[in-house]
Amino acid sequence: MANFKLRINGKEHQVDVEEDTPLLWVLRDHLGLVGTKYSCGIAQCGACMVHINDEAVPSCTLPISSIGSDKITTIEGLSKDGDHPVQKAWTDVDVAQCGFCQPGQIMTAAAFLKKNPSPSMEEIENVMNRNLCRCGTYHKVREAVATAAKLK
Amino acid sequence: MANLTKTNRRDFLKIAGTTAGGLFIGFNWASCDSPKVQVLTDEEVLSQVHDFNAYLSISPTGDVVIYSPNPELGQNIITSFPMVVAEELDADWSKVRVFQAALDNDKYERQVTGGSGAMPHSWERLRKAGATARHLLVAAAAAKLEVPASELTTENGEIFHKGTKKFSYGEMVEDASKLTAPDEVILKDPKDFKIIGTPVKNVKGKEIYTGQPLFGLDVYREGMVNAMISRPPFGMKIKSVDDSAALAVAGVSDVIVFKNNVAVIGESTWPLMKAKSKLRIEYEPDGTVESSFDHDRIFKELLDSKDAKVMRKDGDVETAFKNAAQVITSEYQCPFLSHSPMEPMNFFAHVKGDRAELIGPTQTPDRARMETAKLLDIPTENITVELTRLGGGFGRRLAADFVVEAVELSKILDKPVKVTWSREDDITGGAYRPAVRYRFQAALDDQGNMIGYKLRGVGINAGNSTRENNFPSGSVENLLIENVEHKSTITTNAWRAPITNFLAYAEQSFLDEVALAGKKDPVKLRLDLLDRAKNDPVGEIHYDIDRMRGVIQTAADKSNWGKNKDVMQGFSVYFSHRSYVAQVANIEMENGQPVLKKITAVTDCGTVVHPTGANQQVRGGVVDGMGHAMFTNMTFENGLPKQRNFDTYRLIRMKEVPEVDVHFVDSGFSPTGLGEPALPPTGGAIANAIFAATGRRIRTQPFIEQKEFSDIKLQIKRT
Repeated sequence: MANFKLRINGKEHQVDVEEDTPLLWVLRDHLGLVGTKYSCGIAQCGACMVHINDEAVPSCTLPISSIGSDKITTIEGLSKDGDHPVQKAWTDVDVAQCGFCQPGQIMTAAAFLKKNPSPSMEEIENVMNRNLCRCGTYHKVREAVATAAKLK
Repeated sequence: MANLTKTNRRDFLKIAGTTAGGLFIGFNWASCDSPKVQVLTDEEVLSQVHDFNAYLSISPTGDVVIYSPNPELGQNIITSFPMVVAEELDADWSKVRVFQAALDNDKYERQVTGGSGAMPHSWERLRKAGATARHLLVAAAAAKLEVPASELTTENGEIFHKGTKKFSYGEMVEDASKLTAPDEVILKDPKDFKIIGTPVKNVKGKEIYTGQPLFGLDVYREGMVNAMISRPPFGMKIKSVDDSAALAVAGVSDVIVFKNNVAVIGESTWPLMKAKSKLRIEYEPDGTVESSFDHDRIFKELLDSKDAKVMRKDGDVETAFKNAAQVITSEYQCPFLSHSPMEPMNFFAHVKGDRAELIGPTQTPDRARMETAKLLDIPTENITVELTRLGGGFGRRLAADFVVEAVELSKILDKPVKVTWSREDDITGGAYRPAVRYRFQAALDDQGNMIGYKLRGVGINAGNSTRENNFPSGSVENLLIENVEHKSTITTNAWRAPITNFLAYAEQSFLDEVALAGKKDPVKLRLDLLDRAKNDPVGEIHYDIDRMRGVIQTAADKSNWGKNKDVMQGFSVYFSHRSYVAQVANIEMENGQPVLKKITAVTDCGTVVHPTGANQQVRGGVVDGMGHAMFTNMTFENGLPKQRNFDTYRLIRMKEVPEVDVHFVDSGFSPTGLGEPALPPTGGAIANAIFAATGRRIRTQPFIEQKEFSDIKLQIKRT
């Protein structure tokens, strides 16, 4: 076990875990930040997407020891009141079916739009293709990302 | 009147609070749109409401509490059920807040999510629940005003006398809740609906988009331990277990062997994943251990077996085939499929002596309770079941295997336990969509008319792999439908649109073959068959001919069927779960390559309660049907699937979906189910369009692994 200091959603946290523990499980099991979802554990589905600095990264394969002082943002810290433009767009478009993948979809979209505020549909699809949705909300995800780009 | 007791409500709050892993913070979703509304917390509202019935309570502040009893897995029943109650109540929707009800057999009759049956079952009940409360509020106001109730009207949570506002519902709640509910109430004329049929936002949207704890995996309780389980390959049992390496992993407290399972226990999940991979378990056969090549042999044998069960027989099939000008025979096959909801299986259980507390994602809370009662040999009334939101279900969560193993571990450990399945556990853990092979045969006369039809289904643990009374039964003079089942150690279960999820593809592709052989337009072939069923039915008819014809004609119209030579189209129509869906797939050639561009879907599900939700049920169903028809395979080697995670178990992704154009036929019927019916027709529409565009007939799923498909290099584009 080792002690790690983490900067998550603007706050300092300390956890005592094995150094190979993926960030996902530190967030969920140790810090109660359960908005970041477990689904595949092998970085194939995007349900566990967080921001490391401004980059969308799957947290299920990211060992805690590799993070250092990097700034971590989870879905809980994306905005104060759920009013990030991407979250607002998700509400406007009413995207969710079961909703389990949506925090990950939102995190992927938010990081992408920060870098590319006026994307084409093709660029949106290329980025969002990494996130699986078993319910098949892809049309709405695509529409919501485009809507968020306009809201910004 | 069934009442929520104060005690129940406190229990609910307690559980909701702890499930959330902290303070239960009330959120009024409506406040997003109406910032002027003073928002009370849920606790404040719940502490002062008066109960009208199992679905509905109202507070003196006018806040309306509606309980949704059915498990929510993405069908958005948690929004559409309350819409129906609020409609008949004439509620101010911005003052409605919705809660998931726990299992309660005294209050609710069908707390199940399955069979697309929630709305058909509850439609009248929900309307009555709202209308009864409205009746009582009006009666209370009439008494206070000393006027006949017939002179009062209601709108948006307020009561009017001859057009003048007299009271808000909140002001009448106390008086109204003391009145006796009438047995019969008058329901609204559908033309007066104000909430039903409008695009109401998902009542849980905000919580979903801010990552609040909603799902089973998000349940964390004081003193809880985590567990992961290694389950045996199909047809195997444990011979020996060496747990020394697993126990040496830091954070692992116990390894427990029970009922052919090996559980690793600890405080948190990651050490368990590591420990599980370090278990050394030796298995030995315990029945038949099967591989995919065994299934191929079994299918071949049973398609020719003399021991088929006759499911339906009309006319003289032998003679019809003997006299046929033309006989066509075709075989279709699909693999096993995992349900693979995004949230893997999990459940929380706390066994305390002769009592048990269950929390988690299940489509059948009552089954979870009954199987727990059986396992522990305790009365069902000693068991509580709280429903979390389900991160998908697709039928997998109709079972209770993932519940009772948590119960058993909690009993052994004498602690609250949450069992989490890894993705690999979830995909390899069984209860699959059964693998099926069909043989279709049609006898055509010299005019190309179908005078004989034979279907034999062979399924592996599929039960009845046919739907013997579905179309085209009733429209063909001589018909034989048979079923053969192979019993396997590989476990199966209902998978979204059970049986029809593949049968529809096979049958609708075969009808396309029949149309081609008889030189008929595929749409006209179906309409002609329906005419026959209508004018001169053969045997019993179990579908509504006019509703089926309605979706066929509308789909042909909306898709411009056959009107554009540059668009190659495939048609498919299916009746399942009481509803009718016709689909047309469009393929266009670009630079000599076929491009799948669009699927038009026309549905008759009766009254559409929630149009945005209904639209997405259809689009999601099409995406689901298409994804599994085209991409997903599951093959077995020595009782284990070779595909274990999403790197090899391939699910459809965003760039693989075409445009889906959704339409509904207003047939005036009450709601008839929508969670499943849009899925079955999709594969057939696509396969028929592929044939129209390329002359290649794809008879085996998934398409992507068939040579005739890979040769054509189909692309998919949205516009």
